[in-house]
Amino acid sequence: MLHLPILRQGEAYYSVDSVTANHHRTKQPLVKISMANSGLIRRDLRALPEIASMMSGFTCAELIALCEKASDHFFNATLPLGDAEQTPQDYIEQTSATTGSPWVMVRRNMEKIAGVMSNISGVLRGLTRNLDLSILDRGHGEATGAVVSYFRRGDSLGVVLPSNSPGVHSLWVPAFALKTALVLKPGASEPWSPYRIIQAFIRAGAPPEAFSYYPADHAGAGEILRRCGRGMVFGDVGTMKAYQNDPRIELHGPGWSKITIGEDMIDRWPEFIDIIAASICENSGRSCVNASGLWVPRHGYAIAEALAERVSKIAPRPANDPEAAVSPFADAGVASRINALVEQGLADPGAEDVTLKYRPGSRLAELEGCSYLLPTIVHVDSPEHTLANKEYLFPFASVVEVPQREIPEILGPTLVLTAITNDDAFRRRLLTANHIGRLNFGPIQTNRIVWDQPHEGNLFDHLYARRAFQMALQST
Amino acid sequence: MSQATTSTAAGLSAQIAAAQARLDAHTREIVNWHFSPETGCPFWLDYAATQLGWDPRKEIQSYPDLGKFPPFQDEWLRGGPVRKWIPRGLAGKPAFIFETGGSTGVPKSRVQMEDFRIDYENFSETLPDACFPTGADWISVGPSGPRRLRLAVEHLAQHRGGICFTVDLDPRWVIKLIKWGEIQMAERYKQHVVDQSLTIMKAHENIKCMFTTPKLLEAICEKVSLEKLGIEGIFCGGTEMTPQFHRFAVEELLGPNIYFAPTYGNTLMGLAVHKKPLPEDNWAIIYYPPSPRAMLEVVNPDRPTELVGYGQTGRVRLTTLTRETFIPRFLERDECEREAPCEQYPWDGVRNVRPFSRFKTSVVEGVY
Repeated sequence: MLHLPILRQGEAYYSVDSVTANHHRTKQPLVKISMANSGLIRRDLRALPEIASMMSGFTCAELIALCEKASDHFFNATLPLGDAEQTPQDYIEQTSATTGSPWVMVRRNMEKIAGVMSNISGVLRGLTRNLDLSILDRGHGEATGAVVSYFRRGDSLGVVLPSNSPGVHSLWVPAFALKTALVLKPGASEPWSPYRIIQAFIRAGAPPEAFSYYPADHAGAGEILRRCGRGMVFGDVGTMKAYQNDPRIELHGPGWSKITIGEDMIDRWPEFIDIIAASICENSGRSCVNASGLWVPRHGYAIAEALAERVSKIAPRPANDPEAAVSPFADAGVASRINALVEQGLADPGAEDVTLKYRPGSRLAELEGCSYLLPTIVHVDSPEHTLANKEYLFPFASVVEVPQREIPEILGPTLVLTAITNDDAFRRRLLTANHIGRLNFGPIQTNRIVWDQPHEGNLFDHLYARRAFQMALQST
Repeated sequence: MSQATTSTAAGLSAQIAAAQARLDAHTREIVNWHFSPETGCPFWLDYAATQLGWDPRKEIQSYPDLGKFPPFQDEWLRGGPVRKWIPRGLAGKPAFIFETGGSTGVPKSRVQMEDFRIDYENFSETLPDACFPTGADWISVGPSGPRRLRLAVEHLAQHRGGICFTVDLDPRWVIKLIKWGEIQMAERYKQHVVDQSLTIMKAHENIKCMFTTPKLLEAICEKVSLEKLGIEGIFCGGTEMTPQFHRFAVEELLGPNIYFAPTYGNTLMGLAVHKKPLPEDNWAIIYYPPSPRAMLEVVNPDRPTELVGYGQTGRVRLTTLTRETFIPRFLERDECEREAPCEQYPWDGVRNVRPFSRFKTSVVEGVY
């Protein structure tokens, strides 16, 4: 069986304790993953100051070049996988096997990660607002006519990763080019992507010490977040609560992303059904940037019916089917529990699963021994309804009718809002809302990411701070 | 099979049979003691009279006969009067009360007079003198208060001619902090304990032996080299230890010059000793109970009267057989693999003890 080791500053270490990830369909053991004990993590992280100092010795330009080279290796090369090797196709199949994501979705996410790595200069331009990166090498310089000085806020970035979609790895990757060592705790069923990204960097010539990879339990994750100077954590509402008061840690929780259509455009709603359906369903609804709500001033039921008709055509397909559009759950119990939650919400008066009219079978479906939750559109009669503002790990959205004057306040925390409106006053209100993360004006999919835009916090601002700086001219 | 192997196997079989005979005889003696009106304790005498309907002194003639008792309920150990557990045959002896659990609710109690001393004197025989030198002083960094650990380790040190320094840790407070999400405060408390222990160790050169818990050992080793501080032997226990921790402790925290003795013990049983690790054990932690005073068995969690096969996983079942305490067939909150008898310990052992997986969500393992 494959065995993924821990990487202790780039060096493989095979632990006595391991967990096994099974193939989601066959349930056969696929890979043994070495588990790091908390003490080992703590002991290793004592070296972070020296590693930070080593990273400072590189220029951003050098690190950008390594990143671009690593992108090619990540996408095209056969790379080490413990004592074995992994081709790009192996990566796709293995990631699909443990997460349930169809090959086509893994490949799309692979392209996304590789795209960020190859276009790292553009990404950094967006994150730093076009800062001359040599200023980070020197520590100070001149930008847009002003003297500036930046310093690194911490010795490393510790990242506690999820299992739901490999696309999230594109969020932490730029940290390397910003001279930051990475300490990664992979998700239990998606150990593949961070391991492969690290191997790609090492193959490109990056210093192995800059990368640590610790599969671990919750205690190990806690150690990483406590010991690294800066942190990033992906998780559910409970995880977010645990770290919400720690400014060192950037939180990536549920997105509750939404689409709204203004009074001025609502009568043209049929034109937007494609982008709404895609926002809900792409990547099997597993991203925080997938829409989980459509908030409109009228025509709610008609829109829900049109959407339901559209998404109910999505059916389970085998993992290697290029048309596969919905992922099975690696753990069938999770699918049943989520389904029960949706049913519980529907039992509250005022909600209707409109998809029932169009979907031939039930929401919880099976194909070749795998459990799927099929796309579901719910119409609710009030923004207070239990299902009005819910996000689940499958293509699910509720359609809510609210007067435009109540938007954006009534939306609650929203990672991405696509607002289809040309109403300037409405747009101005949206622009001033501090509970909206990303804002798209016009018919733009919520999950269409522009990488030179910050996402859920700006990685550069998270890793660097600006200090006041003056320097007297000295005569020689 | 070679002649030597055959004779070794035959020798082990004979040892196992002898140990079983000793256990059977000990069981008869202890049952007779606890259920005789002159020597037994009020709880068991009353239980036999009102609940059993049969006389254990007649019916229990061997260790397996203990299966005739209904399962021991841990609720019986919560609350008073604790004197119901004092055997009449030991009346008037100075009694200690030791507790286990208790981070919420009423803890389980065990009354003892000499058992903790006897248990630790027996354990002392398993420690190599070269690494736990006679006359060396000890430091115990771990739970004290209502737990028997402090007095027990102190007695161990005295039994070996040493004096024991102590640094206290209150695990109930740590568990509360963790439940409240006060992780930073729990960390600070741990550092407070570690700092005290370092001060003592640096000030007293004759401290060569240590008792501590796995997490405190890690925390201490983050600050100092125990070898440089003169520590030669470490007796470690109190919470779950994984094979990976075992390896990490030996290879990275301590190095080759400090003896590491992991133990599994609790207030109800006493102390199970660690079998010296062999390469083929792959750092598994294998314990053997102090037969015949206590036995650990591994049973099917759904049918706890059935033992699982060797190497199979099951729930730990404890039986304590001393004149001070009789606890038949108590289901612990732990699981493990059943380990076959060996030459040094010719009775069942347990491998890789860990919290019972079905209770996992409700058990909080603290820093101690």
